Amino acid sequence: MKIGVVTFPGSLDDVDAQRAVRIGGNEAVALWHGDADLKGVDAVILPGGFSYGDYLRCGAISRFAPAMGKVVEAARAGMPVLGICNGFQILCESHLLPGALIRNDHRKFVCRDQLLRIENNRTAWTSAYDQGQEIRVVLKNGEGGFVADTETLARIEGEGQVVARYLEVNPNGSLNDIAGVTNERGNVVGLMPHPEHAVEELTGSGLDGLGFFTSLVEGAFA
Amino acid sequence: MADTASAPIRSTLDTVAVAAGDPDRQQPWSELGLKADEYERIREILGRRPTGAELAMYSVMWSEHCSYKSSKVHLKQFGELAQETPIGPMLAGIGENAGVIDIGQGYAVSFKVESHNHPSYVEPYQGAATGVGGIVRDIIAMGARPIAVMDPLRFGPLDADDTHRVLPGIVAGVGGYGNCLGLPNIGGEAVFDETYLGNPLVNALCVGVLRHEDLHLAKASGEGNLVVLYGARTGGDGIGGVSVLASETFDADGPAKRPSVQVGDPFMEKLLIECTLELFRAGVVAGIQDLGGAGLSCATSELASAGDGGMLVHLDKVPLRDSTLSPEEILMSESQERMMAIVEPDDIAAFLAITTKWDVEASVIGEVTETGRLVIDWHGETVVDVPPRTVAHDGPVYERPFARPEWQDALQADGAEKLARPTTGDELRATLLQLVASPNLCDKSWITDQYDRYVQGNTVLAQPADSGMVRVDEETHLGVSVATDCNGRFAKLDPYAGAQLALAEAYRNVATGGAVPLAVSDCLNFGSPEDTDVMWQFAEACRGLKDACAELGIPVTGGNVSLYNQTGETAILPTPVVAVLGVIEDVRRRTPSAFQGADERIVLLGTTREELSGSEWAKVAHDHLGGLPPKVDLRAERNLARLLKDLVGIATSAHDLSDGGLAQALAEAAMVSGIGARVSLEGDAFVGLYAESAGRALVTVDAGDLDELRALCARHDVPLTELGTTGGEVLAVEGQFEVPLAELRAAWTATLPNALG
Repeated sequence: MKIGVVTFPGSLDDVDAQRAVRIGGNEAVALWHGDADLKGVDAVILPGGFSYGDYLRCGAISRFAPAMGKVVEAARAGMPVLGICNGFQILCESHLLPGALIRNDHRKFVCRDQLLRIENNRTAWTSAYDQGQEIRVVLKNGEGGFVADTETLARIEGEGQVVARYLEVNPNGSLNDIAGVTNERGNVVGLMPHPEHAVEELTGSGLDGLGFFTSLVEGAFA
Repeated sequence: MADTASAPIRSTLDTVAVAAGDPDRQQPWSELGLKADEYERIREILGRRPTGAELAMYSVMWSEHCSYKSSKVHLKQFGELAQETPIGPMLAGIGENAGVIDIGQGYAVSFKVESHNHPSYVEPYQGAATGVGGIVRDIIAMGARPIAVMDPLRFGPLDADDTHRVLPGIVAGVGGYGNCLGLPNIGGEAVFDETYLGNPLVNALCVGVLRHEDLHLAKASGEGNLVVLYGARTGGDGIGGVSVLASETFDADGPAKRPSVQVGDPFMEKLLIECTLELFRAGVVAGIQDLGGAGLSCATSELASAGDGGMLVHLDKVPLRDSTLSPEEILMSESQERMMAIVEPDDIAAFLAITTKWDVEASVIGEVTETGRLVIDWHGETVVDVPPRTVAHDGPVYERPFARPEWQDALQADGAEKLARPTTGDELRATLLQLVASPNLCDKSWITDQYDRYVQGNTVLAQPADSGMVRVDEETHLGVSVATDCNGRFAKLDPYAGAQLALAEAYRNVATGGAVPLAVSDCLNFGSPEDTDVMWQFAEACRGLKDACAELGIPVTGGNVSLYNQTGETAILPTPVVAVLGVIEDVRRRTPSAFQGADERIVLLGTTREELSGSEWAKVAHDHLGGLPPKVDLRAERNLARLLKDLVGIATSAHDLSDGGLAQALAEAAMVSGIGARVSLEGDAFVGLYAESAGRALVTVDAGDLDELRALCARHDVPLTELGTTGGEVLAVEGQFEVPLAELRAAWTATLPNALG
């Protein structure tokens, strides 16, 4: 499958996401924020980083990028979209995912190997995992605290829209230890930790992130 | 003049013509940090008084920070070293923005360590952030893609109020800037000592990688080529930063110079990195220089003097953030995230298309000329007309007097070997717990967890490993390794030996990971050069470093000097931070530093002597500093490094012995892995555990590989001592004590969170 990775000004983990796509056995296609063209890809990843420096609210400017118009359109039509870290923030700002992400409760950037539990393996991006599987994935963020109003929180918990939850330590003050969520359809997933940094023995926190890049099945959500 | 109708000249504009006609005007040379004789020399060079703009340029460029006027006579000996590494030529050396060395397979690496000490004291977050920004631009300017950063830091005592002011801000600044650039922070140091109270050290290192053919140099050549300024707009920040901040001692009144610290914009720097690399790929850059200390004064004069002609700059074409800035202020501004490129006229359209793509503002502000002079005009009137070399390179050179301090003999006579030592097993156990929890030996995760060590996906080793290692090529697995070290306590006891020990430790740290040490960059942090004691420390450290580099066969590729690190009469510990870069052909074969499995044999390589002076034990247990530092044996260091390279694939782990001695190395290897160890020590257990003799490493091997290890040790003439076996959940010293790893780990990890929250 062809998986596009959008580079925004200030994207940092775009090359890393492309590498993870290739290691997962798919073709990585570089997409540019300024081009309203998804180049015929089957799925899109919005990578981590500090798009526009995060000087405004994280992701608040990137959601207006020409490429994002196409991403939103495609996502609504069922294309699988994964937002990692800053990409998760952009998806929330684009209203493709519920909730929002705010500054870590301890006010510091945090980089650590984080234990997670997969809470929903029925999404486009998590089908390679077992329900309840525990995985260790790199986490690095300054504004990763997941928040939502009480009603929304109850709904996403009730509908099984929580994709992954932090175990052992809540690294950023996220409500209900939420590390990632999906939309109702299960094609759009946002994840604060970085599975693309857990795809090689040598360079990250192991191989536990690979499932995010091998889950996509042709046409499953179209 | 043509432009004057549209741009009214302010009546105060001090042009070259005005200066010639008004030779006796009083000028604020003293306020700008110039000495009387320096001002006189400027008048001699120009044959008239300088204009205000010229005075601004000379004052910043002749400051200690830019001109190295106190250190030059000592630094020049590094140029006497062979300009080659053990595997190839040096492609760029001292004097360029950063050194560049060949690492094979057509790749080269640029790396450099620099200080940003005084700004970080005044404004910790921005001072540290812009320190990272500055060194990263130095690396980009060589044509390299930055691939990693590292930050050697020094603070006052952990419990001091001012440490609580500066440390969180400095760490957040290093992280805030580096994380936003997408550069993995792969190591560094955090050391606490009372002499750094009021003088924290923020050194920043960056490593970049390039193909040989991509090397770019800072020179402006070719008449008619255009001078392009691109990146952030020029504002009023950092004006006089170098001359006022970096070149003067803080007085006891503390910081009052806040406006001189620059403010960083890491997002703009990230755009500059990607934009500049794309400009290089497009082949539209004929010469390039970053704007750092001394801003446009530095970039224009250095580019012009390195070229073959002159330069004409229209200063009114510089995009400004503050339209009220005067020519003097524009020339002195240290606004961050700016670069200057020399571009052939035929390439300018392609150049500007790329800067536009990245939303980076670019302006043609001048051209290369054949006049041999740097001429700067302001709305058509000439405000600067100077020989560029006199600004950039012909600054004053001081032969500062230096003398061995009167107190040096008494200090060296006061050895720590005579201090009361723990004798029983229980006392040794208590000492271990006390030392692993001490500020200098404790777990530094509170700091390093604020840095992204994973971005770019090539980090093979990072803190708490001995060295940082990153992969350079995904296909061939070629990688580089870097370590920075300096024990300022040793340097105080003997600056010549102290600098050599710093080099030896960084060299050893690179070797323990399985890499071959190739080259050095240094950041020489000292007190006031006007103090003969300090100047002696500096001279001795330079001499020691040069002699040791010669013996190890590795060059100094560049670096930085930071003087005036002192408050009142109190100078910092002499702190010659040494960075060593090494290459490893296959990063998959690197040797990790923590234990890897149970039932492996633990072997100590090297010779342990009764060397306790300057040790962490002497500091922690007795608050003592005196005696002679550990013996320097560079031949032994070289043999050990060669042995460690041959042990790649045989040793399952290798850990350098340095601060805290064998006890700390064992504890770290066990705590990080969660695998315990049982060792027995012959002779005095205290000396065995806490002496800080150099030239040692701890390795583990499978029992079946012991014979091969012995044979390799014999071949490389490195003594070995079998200590015991890995496994279990305690660290045990036979006949002395046992400590559960959980207890050890609790002590090791609690210190910084308890102190800093």
